[in-house]
Amino acid sequence: MPRDLSIKSVLIIGSGPIIIGQACEFDYSGSQAARSLREEGIKVILINSNPATIMTDPIMADKVYLLPLTVESLEQILEENQIDAVLPTMGGQTALNLAKEGEELGIWEKHNVRLIGVDIKAIDKAEDRELFRKWMIQLGVPVAEARTANSLLEGKEFAQQIGLPIVIRPSFTLGGSGGGIVYHKEELDGALDRGLTASPMHEVLVERAMMGWKEFELELLRDMNDNVVIICTVENFDPMGIHTGDSITVAPAMTLSDTAYQLMRNTAIMMMRDLGNFAGGCNVQFALNPETEEIIAIEINPRVSRSSALASKATGYPIAKIAAKLSIGYNLDELKNQITQTTSAYFEPALDYVIVKMPRWNFDKFKGADDTLGLQMKSVGEVMAIGRTFPEALQKACQSLENNATGLSYISQQRLRPEEIIDTLKRPTWDRIFRIKEAIAAGVSIKTIRELTQIDRWFLYQIQDLVNFEVKIKAVKHIEKLTYELLFEAKKLGFSDDQIAELLKDSTGEEVYEYRKTMGIRRVYKMVDTCSAEFEAKTPYFYSTFEHNPIAGTVKSNESNLTDKKKIIVLGSGPNRIGQGIEFDYCCTHGLLAIKDCGFEAIMVNCNPETVSTDFDIADKLYFEPVYWEHLWEIIEHEQPDGVIVQLGGQTALKLARRLSEKGVKIIGTSFDDMDIAEDRGRFSDMLKELGIPYPNYGTAYTTDEAIEVAKEVGYPVLVRPSYVLGGQRMRIVINDEELERGVVSLLKHLPGNKILIDHFLDRCQEAEVDAICDGEDVHIMGMMEHIEPAGIHSGDSHALLPVFNLGPLIVDEMADIAKKIALKLNIKGLINIQYAIKDGKVFVIEANPRASRTTPFIAKAYNIPYLNVATKVMMGEAKLKDFTFEHNLEGFAVKEPVFSFNKFPNVNKELGPEMKSTGEAIRFIKNLRDPWFRQLYKERSMHLSK
Amino acid sequence: MASTQNTPAWLLLKDGTIFKGISFGAKGTTGGEICFNTGMTGYQEVFTDPSYTGQVLIMNNAYVGNYGVKNEDVESDSVKISGLICKNISDRFSRMNANDNLENYLVNNNIVAIHDVDTRALVQHIRSKGAMNCIISTEFSDEAALKEALAKVPDMDGLELSSEISTKEPYTAGSPDAAIRIAVMDFGVKKHIIQCMVDRGAYIKVFPAKTGIDELKKFEAHGYFISNGPGDPASMDYAVKTVKDILATNKPFFGICLGHQLLARANDIPTFKMHHGHRGLNHPVKNIITGKSEITTQNHGFGVDPEAVKNSDKVEVTHVNLNDGSIEGIRMKGRAAFSVQYHPESTPGPFDSRYLFDDFIGNIKKEML
Repeated sequence: MPRDLSIKSVLIIGSGPIIIGQACEFDYSGSQAARSLREEGIKVILINSNPATIMTDPIMADKVYLLPLTVESLEQILEENQIDAVLPTMGGQTALNLAKEGEELGIWEKHNVRLIGVDIKAIDKAEDRELFRKWMIQLGVPVAEARTANSLLEGKEFAQQIGLPIVIRPSFTLGGSGGGIVYHKEELDGALDRGLTASPMHEVLVERAMMGWKEFELELLRDMNDNVVIICTVENFDPMGIHTGDSITVAPAMTLSDTAYQLMRNTAIMMMRDLGNFAGGCNVQFALNPETEEIIAIEINPRVSRSSALASKATGYPIAKIAAKLSIGYNLDELKNQITQTTSAYFEPALDYVIVKMPRWNFDKFKGADDTLGLQMKSVGEVMAIGRTFPEALQKACQSLENNATGLSYISQQRLRPEEIIDTLKRPTWDRIFRIKEAIAAGVSIKTIRELTQIDRWFLYQIQDLVNFEVKIKAVKHIEKLTYELLFEAKKLGFSDDQIAELLKDSTGEEVYEYRKTMGIRRVYKMVDTCSAEFEAKTPYFYSTFEHNPIAGTVKSNESNLTDKKKIIVLGSGPNRIGQGIEFDYCCTHGLLAIKDCGFEAIMVNCNPETVSTDFDIADKLYFEPVYWEHLWEIIEHEQPDGVIVQLGGQTALKLARRLSEKGVKIIGTSFDDMDIAEDRGRFSDMLKELGIPYPNYGTAYTTDEAIEVAKEVGYPVLVRPSYVLGGQRMRIVINDEELERGVVSLLKHLPGNKILIDHFLDRCQEAEVDAICDGEDVHIMGMMEHIEPAGIHSGDSHALLPVFNLGPLIVDEMADIAKKIALKLNIKGLINIQYAIKDGKVFVIEANPRASRTTPFIAKAYNIPYLNVATKVMMGEAKLKDFTFEHNLEGFAVKEPVFSFNKFPNVNKELGPEMKSTGEAIRFIKNLRDPWFRQLYKERSMHLSK
Repeated sequence: MASTQNTPAWLLLKDGTIFKGISFGAKGTTGGEICFNTGMTGYQEVFTDPSYTGQVLIMNNAYVGNYGVKNEDVESDSVKISGLICKNISDRFSRMNANDNLENYLVNNNIVAIHDVDTRALVQHIRSKGAMNCIISTEFSDEAALKEALAKVPDMDGLELSSEISTKEPYTAGSPDAAIRIAVMDFGVKKHIIQCMVDRGAYIKVFPAKTGIDELKKFEAHGYFISNGPGDPASMDYAVKTVKDILATNKPFFGICLGHQLLARANDIPTFKMHHGHRGLNHPVKNIITGKSEITTQNHGFGVDPEAVKNSDKVEVTHVNLNDGSIEGIRMKGRAAFSVQYHPESTPGPFDSRYLFDDFIGNIKKEML
């Protein structure tokens, strides 16, 4: 059926603030869906309370409502707009639940709105564990033995019947919240209690734990004509028992025979077709018994998901875009493959590479958290890597994590004995993959590792190959003795130049690079094309690998052809983590669009699959690569860009500026040296002193003794922190020598050799920040935000108002004046964020960030001004501030509200401090300060020290 | 990953392209027409599919061999491809009920293979230059020797292979007591085609390629099935005659792949050699009678002339390929004879099209009433 012409306007529901288990993958899906509907001439109205999303930008929708995700907000929207249909499948469980609530209250019917993309009556069947089980049994699909319990007593009874180990799954929760595996009797009561409490309906499923079964996920699309295709099959490296969001996952499936796969495919299709009447996307998870190859169904999600976002990036097939088209009536066979633009959208992508997704955790932020991985998701972000071999993709994923790993090489400070390693393998933790390698290197057998971890032996063999290969490189010892064959093999297996240098011990990564360059071992770029080269693709989405050229003939390995256009590379911010997340995706997306506006070729480099900026049709060219020096440098050597933008990708991108600058690569906008002044505490303070701008007394130290000396000079309380870190990592406020010593010792243990910064802490001061654009001549203050909580809480964790509400005009002028002075002195071309402390009417500067900040998107949204577009053009020198007029259209105030994910870590102290802990944020508009919600918040501002 | 010995191997294409890679499987020299398969599962079923006779196969998927080989996962009693080209092979596999690894399997079947080749670049080359002959060798490394060996490889165009690989003696499958009897013409039939009919309650007799109609009639079949197979249908006048004779019996008729091309030729519709064929598990086909679409397994290097089908007064189109609009299925007007270009039995591949076997059995049952 062609598109349903009765649908002229669609409401898309977003997923709200980022929390663990529901992150910016839904911004990616929602943005794709919005664009997909708009290209059909449909008016798109969007609701989301998350200001950092690109989906809520005016470029994405016809009308955006930055409102709390409540039925009241929905009613307001329905009253103000003529809406024909609502698409609730793009905003995760939050949006589905809200749509369901709306259905129960009859608001859709009242406003004559159709629900599209989902059968609302079928949601329960997918979400309620017991209904799901009954449905599966009715369909003849095997499931794990289980019983539903509504009380502790019932739960214990069923656990006894089924026998340990068991899995406890609370109904209607997100990302496995409150779930867990119980191995021992004594853990049972606590686990049941947690599960029952987590479930909004006080219900858990007590299920047999399918230990040792392998886990697979299928991504499906279905149209109104009941045509179904499987877009991607993902194999979990970590077997059953670890949440898929916390598992390393691989695509295509590596160890699945066709017979086992077709059984899954048939079952998944049958399940989706039976799940009500709807057109859209769906995710089905299975467990496979490796001995018998029988399967059981684990769950079905009738919406786009984290996995479908990954599957879209992994295959090139834009699932959300097509799902949106199906929801308005198109059939799959009526749509084109978006990547080839010539073949049909009704097909199943074929891959000729290997994808590895690796989660990124932030346990360092949650002291006391149980870092054992299990049924409840705990990671805050993820990276995806593409290679032509599994080891290559795996090591590229490690290089993408940005945790100092040079590959699968990261070995912790303490060297463990084999018995100890075996002990660590029993308990799955974030670094298990590194531990497995250590274990193999220490001589532990594959059989033992397999028994301890239940990981498929094929993956273990691959890691063993890496271990064996390392031995070969180590034996070479001298770089000049590395043969072409050995070096090529190393690169094929994903070893970074740094890693090879570490193994050789006689050279640097740079030297290895230069050496291999003379041998002609260079990266080639291959395309992600959905069809493993069967058809010509038009979408410039590339990854790097190493391939041999033919001995004779014209066959070309490299597919990334160069254009004559002027080019600019935008560096992304790598995996999401606390302190650096979705806001930089927003910035990069706008940056790319602005570069295109100026007639340049916009090239994106990033490894985060949850981002809009890496969507196939945002940049002119996409390199899905680690934001890691070696990979970046080869892209630069290949592309010869006119410059690189580091201001939009957070600290990750900024950190690469020094090396780029040393290599003579043009940094677009503010120069490296000027950025370094802002980043280097000493240089920055000298500059402030010269400008006559006050700043808190400070000093630096490398040892405890030095630190105590400095603290005496600057005066307690002091703020102790390491240099060059993100989101106030390991930052603390101390009031005496004893506390200081403890702080410094712990800091040096984790970051040996780090320069420690000690600032006098301005007790009971107020905090504010300014975001500004400078073109070298003029400075424009984009916005000024005042924090509600008193100083001592990280700016990312505090509520803040735009514009300031409590600071007098003199202070405001003073802050603006200081911002201008600093921006001009630093020769800022582009963005700057400055943080202030105000005490006794005096304005102190705490720090300046010469880049886009967490608040940049917030201000752009609140004032409805395309600030990132302007900033990018200013950076490029393509425009001056005087070319634009800015009008701050905001009635009342916009409040930034931090959102936390502490419920994932029940044992963690929820106290807030100078180290950022929030995972997301929401925006809320208030007309004036008499707003009851605000007054309550303001009254409790000091209590927020303990959330 | 690399096999331990790392014996080099060379690949020469007719247009002069030479790749050096690493040998696996048997040592020696082999030649055939190069083609590629985009499927990501089911390598063993592909390698044993008789339709691949005479073909040197590139597997587009990054790995082959990960789950070893299993005695049951075959489409015939031996490996039928002439040679194999891949990016990575797994010498160590993971599948608890597998019988062996791929390397040994290829050695036992005397198949010469090469890996560590940029298969993606090679596929792109074939995609633009078209199918051509090639040779893989562990024996010759110099161009002249390779070229000499390549010259001995016959052209696929006009090549008849079915009679060589067809069963020498007739054989049966299923229960002799079954109500339905189907005669299968074996031009290189896949095991699961027979299985699909047996599963639907038929008794099958499989006949050698050159069996004449008189011999066939003795089986008193209720329906006739014309199998898939390798080679050029234009070189198979004997088979076209058999098909015509079978059609004259007016019994229900079903053809797959080569069988489809033969049904076309029997109705005066020419076939042609495709630029580089369709081989994989993800080809979209629309059934224009029902309006539903299906994901299909395909393996063909020849096709049916679309213009001639459109102009024919005897046959009509039932299925089309959604990627390139090519003819995927035809039926004879007003009678129970149909055929498809793709493989509804799949193996490997999706089960979306198995309904065609139900249709065939349904036609037979209707006829029997």
